[in-house]
Amino acid sequence: MKNTLRQRIGEQFSLITLLLWALRVGVFIVVLWGSINTLASGRYEASTWINLVIAGLAQGSIYALIALGYSLVYGILRFINFAHGEVFMAGAFTSVFVAEALERSGFFPKYPILTFAILLIVSMTSSTVVAVLLERIAYRPLRNAPRLVPLITAIGASFFLQYTFRGLYGSGFHTYPEFGQLWGVWNIAGMDIQIVQVFVFLASLLMMAGLYLIVERTKTGKAMRAVSEDKEIAALMGIDVNRVIVITFVIGGMLAGSAGVIRGMYQPQGIWFFMGFHPGLKAFTAAVLGGIGNIPGAMLGGLFLGVFETVGPTLILQGLGIPAANQLKDAIAIIMLVLVLIFRPQGILGEKLAEEKA
Amino acid sequence: MFKRTLLVLSLVLLAGMAIAACGGGNDVVVIEPGEPIHIGYMLPTSGGASVYGESAIGAMNVLISQRGQLLGHDILLTGEDTECSAEGGETAAQRTVADPTIVGVIGTTCSSAMTAAMTTMSESGLTVISPSNTSPALTNPDETWQPGYFRTAHNDLFQGAIAAQYAIEELGASTAAAIHDGDPYTEGLATAFTDNFTKLGGTVTTTEAVNKGDTDMRSVLTTVAADSPDVLFFPIFQPEADFIVAQSVEIPGLENTILFSADGSFVAPFAPSAGQAALGMYFSGPYVTGDKEDTFQADYLAANGTVPPGPFGEHAADGLGILLNAIEAVAEVDDDGTLRINREELREAVEATTDYDGITGLLSCGPKELVPGVTFRGDCATGEALGVFQANQAWIDSEDAYPPDVLWTP
Amino acid sequence: MFNNVRLALKLGFYGGIIALFISVIGMVETFDQRNIINGVVSIGLGVLLINVLVIGYQTAARIGKGLVQPGENGKQTARARAIVIGNGSLAGAVVSSWLALLVLVESQINLRSVLINVSPELISLLTFGLETGAGALLLLFLGTLFGGLGAFTFSLPSRVRRPLVAGLMWLAFWGLLSGVIRTTLSEIGIPSVVAKLFVKIEGLTPLGAVIIFLLAIAINLGNQRWREPLIERITLLPPTRQRYFRFGTWALGIILLLALPWIVGRVTSDTLVLVGIYILMGFGLNIVVGKAGLLDLGYVAFFAVGAYSTAILTSADEISAIQISFWAALPIIVIITGIAGLLVGAPVLRMRGDYLAIVTLGFGEIARFIALSDWFKPWLGGAQGVINIPSVALGNFLIVGPQKLYYLILAFALFALFISRRLDKSRVGRAWEAMREDEDVAETMGVNTIYYKLLAFAMGAMIASLGGAVFAVKLSAIFPHSFNVEVSITALSLLIIGGIGSLPGVVVGAFALVGIPELLREFSEYRLLLYGAVLIIMMIVRPEGLVPSTRRARELHEDEAAQDDWLKSETERNIITPAEL
Repeated sequence: MKNTLRQRIGEQFSLITLLLWALRVGVFIVVLWGSINTLASGRYEASTWINLVIAGLAQGSIYALIALGYSLVYGILRFINFAHGEVFMAGAFTSVFVAEALERSGFFPKYPILTFAILLIVSMTSSTVVAVLLERIAYRPLRNAPRLVPLITAIGASFFLQYTFRGLYGSGFHTYPEFGQLWGVWNIAGMDIQIVQVFVFLASLLMMAGLYLIVERTKTGKAMRAVSEDKEIAALMGIDVNRVIVITFVIGGMLAGSAGVIRGMYQPQGIWFFMGFHPGLKAFTAAVLGGIGNIPGAMLGGLFLGVFETVGPTLILQGLGIPAANQLKDAIAIIMLVLVLIFRPQGILGEKLAEEKA
Repeated sequence: MFKRTLLVLSLVLLAGMAIAACGGGNDVVVIEPGEPIHIGYMLPTSGGASVYGESAIGAMNVLISQRGQLLGHDILLTGEDTECSAEGGETAAQRTVADPTIVGVIGTTCSSAMTAAMTTMSESGLTVISPSNTSPALTNPDETWQPGYFRTAHNDLFQGAIAAQYAIEELGASTAAAIHDGDPYTEGLATAFTDNFTKLGGTVTTTEAVNKGDTDMRSVLTTVAADSPDVLFFPIFQPEADFIVAQSVEIPGLENTILFSADGSFVAPFAPSAGQAALGMYFSGPYVTGDKEDTFQADYLAANGTVPPGPFGEHAADGLGILLNAIEAVAEVDDDGTLRINREELREAVEATTDYDGITGLLSCGPKELVPGVTFRGDCATGEALGVFQANQAWIDSEDAYPPDVLWTP
Repeated sequence: MFNNVRLALKLGFYGGIIALFISVIGMVETFDQRNIINGVVSIGLGVLLINVLVIGYQTAARIGKGLVQPGENGKQTARARAIVIGNGSLAGAVVSSWLALLVLVESQINLRSVLINVSPELISLLTFGLETGAGALLLLFLGTLFGGLGAFTFSLPSRVRRPLVAGLMWLAFWGLLSGVIRTTLSEIGIPSVVAKLFVKIEGLTPLGAVIIFLLAIAINLGNQRWREPLIERITLLPPTRQRYFRFGTWALGIILLLALPWIVGRVTSDTLVLVGIYILMGFGLNIVVGKAGLLDLGYVAFFAVGAYSTAILTSADEISAIQISFWAALPIIVIITGIAGLLVGAPVLRMRGDYLAIVTLGFGEIARFIALSDWFKPWLGGAQGVINIPSVALGNFLIVGPQKLYYLILAFALFALFISRRLDKSRVGRAWEAMREDEDVAETMGVNTIYYKLLAFAMGAMIASLGGAVFAVKLSAIFPHSFNVEVSITALSLLIIGGIGSLPGVVVGAFALVGIPELLREFSEYRLLLYGAVLIIMMIVRPEGLVPSTRRARELHEDEAAQDDWLKSETERNIITPAEL
């Protein structure tokens, strides 16, 4: 009896496995076909592709910074902080007023680096304040509630924050001043590379390296890891769980705040109350892609997503003869996510997390 | 005992239903002395498009305070949020037509909202004047148009044609690309442009699209740049248009491409935001310069505390002006000051409007044959009040220098 | 004594932050144009007033517990009452001092360059048009007064207090809805001359306000006096009479349900139709999330497929190759959407929890992107959507306008309710339940989880397609932008606000999250702010939902462990797989 049951389950799985394999092969052929067509058409030069990849890395590193906030919170509280995109917005939106004031007063042209530092501090502070208030008011009372409850709270908080900032700062678009030093081109081996993109990429890497050191090397990091393993046992071991959770939100807020300023350096226009929603969804996708709860995974997921959505439409869809391919770049990103999760249901680096947990 | 109560209750209910069924619409709005003339608006006051709704309301308030009283009655402006969506438009329409005191309506901003609202509004007998709908289908009786609908904004057919004409004849372009953002308005205008551009002998290299919320335009610009078109027409809104302009300088292949946008981004904050890259780029849009416009700008600033964010309020003010003139023409005034306004007559009076001297030019609301063989109904703007503008250094430096002088009119 | 003062200061502090918040984000000024009672109090000031009253009352309630027994009149000492009212006044003063501070700061620094809503109008509103100093003092005085008033209300005996509070709450509620009342009165045939006595364009008239207030008091008193005896009398009736009574209640309910659109008028009917669409979505999503336990954040996809297939099959526009009647199209619509459910369900069979959530969220977005794309424009209309969708005809009778559409959505909703009820008690329902409780155990017990998961997706999709069909007919034109992630979010939220797995909960949730915001459309830009705040507060106050299904709350806790276990097992399988190959 037990055997026949097993066999039945086995059959089901083999059928599904077969279907999934067919899907994989099918998508692979489509992707290959599109790419070969595009490349064969000779419409784009090699340098164009490299430029696109670099642009994708820059965009992806912003996603990655936000994605880390999702991943950190998920790692510890096991719920999706849907409002994290709004934490990012809070920092960018608040600091743009400081930036505008400094530009008007003439401080900015004289001391651009100092201005950058001030903006970073303002942005990180406001993001952190929002993140911590969010935790204290909206999430803490729900610490032991069913999993769906904080998700709904987070969705509510996302709307609440968007329209709070709209009420505070208005619905107009604001613009960061242009940091002239960043807007130039480095010519490396005959290739024109935008300095700002390199800057964005390196600045984000620096932030992430800092985070990695905190989590891996410091006592706080150790406490964070312990809480993410098991809250109750961590509490028994004398770890102040509440404090660790607040620190997690502080770190997530700081990263989102820095992402806000970096976004302002890289894409100075369109700073408004709704600017957090789309990057939030993307970063959420990136976090899952890399394996949610996993720090290097979030970085990798962000970069991967950025590159794929920048290069993907041109490379794959145009070769298939699809009109207005760039319109579908988000669709490509999502399909890729689905594929990755079919291959590796725990995300790209999810394994490591699970191993640690095991 | 209980059964009898039930019987009585159901009888009462049935009677109520019967009364409700007989209610029907009211063809004549009666305004007693001391009561205001109630104008409704259906505009987006929340969400991304709320800036258009707010500027239209601001502009109408300017006009109302200038007019003071009409036929001895105050003018009251209240309204519904359309959220710039079909469902918002439909709901706003249901709520507007349910209010028996409303005489006429200004709205909507977005064509999708009007498409869903059209039947309800038309059947109610109300007159609707839109300050910003541009979809050609809305005034085409074969498609969406129904009696009672008018607009003071320019049909896409005009703007698309004018932009294409300017690109070919004045800029000497032979190839062009277009980018829209999936909004029905921008997609419609981009299509009108590419159609006319091809008709005038040009070649359209690419029609691309971005999504609202995108910030990185390098990918789409790279696609466009592969053909190095003479003109890139992108009639989209802020902030996506800002990103396209600012990032276009980085893309090899676009060095000689002329950037051409439309009224969606021809707003005061645009050039300062897009920065130096915007210098010399072109816009098609309503021709809203002149004395009247200067006065309007000053009045708007005084009344609302800010300059109007773009040329949308002017259309709303003109629409309201036409509506108020028509009310003045058809209202029967009793001895005690009571007004009787026949809704059907009001529609006819609006349609009969000729050469209304508005901020956006001379407006006439009668039927017009815009395309050979098709008579459009309800288009008040005739396309003559459109122009092409160019971003100059003064505007990039400060939004106070907006709008730049008109460069060309057809 | 000292503790009491500290409590008053603390509550006043929080209340002050709330008052400051709603002033600074512009709500007070925006809603100053609309009146609760015409010429007496605007919504904007009313909100501040209610805030102060509530803070005063709360302070009194917390302090008063040990001091006064509000229920038993005569026992309170004058001293206790003085303490309560004094502290209430203090709290009220603290609340208003925040606003006074705002007024003073604004007079020195121009806050408006950043905080766009701190306008001269707001300041003159807060200072009642007086100069800064005098205005601030008046503000403080009024805060003290109304804080004390709130506390005084608490110190009243409950026989007096309850009707009073109920009256105030009714007044605030109907004052907010005065626009709807006005149009409804005129629609049900009340002559405008009479209606104007009670409600005007700008708000309730004082007379209307007094009537509502008295009515609320009368109902509250009547309830206190007669409710218990009445219930008692009914239970004492002989069984046959009781049956009559039950039958009567049912009949009355059905008549009410049928007559509803004609009682409430066009505007509210329009809201009812929208609520009905979301009730349908809620029933459908309840099958996927509530019964089968699959977290779907992209439910809008099926709504969109339903609406688009309706549009394309029935539209008179050139885009639709065939034009058939709504009723002929309906089975095709349902089948197409069912297939879409299978297509979404198949790739995600092995995913659980939050992974499922993000992937389904993605599928919802893909549906919109496809509808929007230039690629599919020849078939789906692209950005221009599909227009000219005809109304539903029933013989010669056209179902047009919200009051008639109501019956269509009512029929569909009752049908979905019937299906959901039947599923609950069927074999399928038990299989889903087993699967939701523990997938692995269910599998070993012989439940074909793949089949049941796909069935859940397909069933959920089919019910959503009915909502989509009504949506398309209601608007007569559909555009891709209507099918955004907010629809999925609302559907999921109403399910959880109502109490997951509970069918009455779906109805209550839909009224709370769709109906009320729709009636309060005047709040326009603040609607989503309030919506967000309500979601947060509801979840904190009642995490189990408004009408919870008792068993489900417990199960959800166990879900968490399931996902972690699953992660582990997935990893193990992946470690094993390469070796097997």
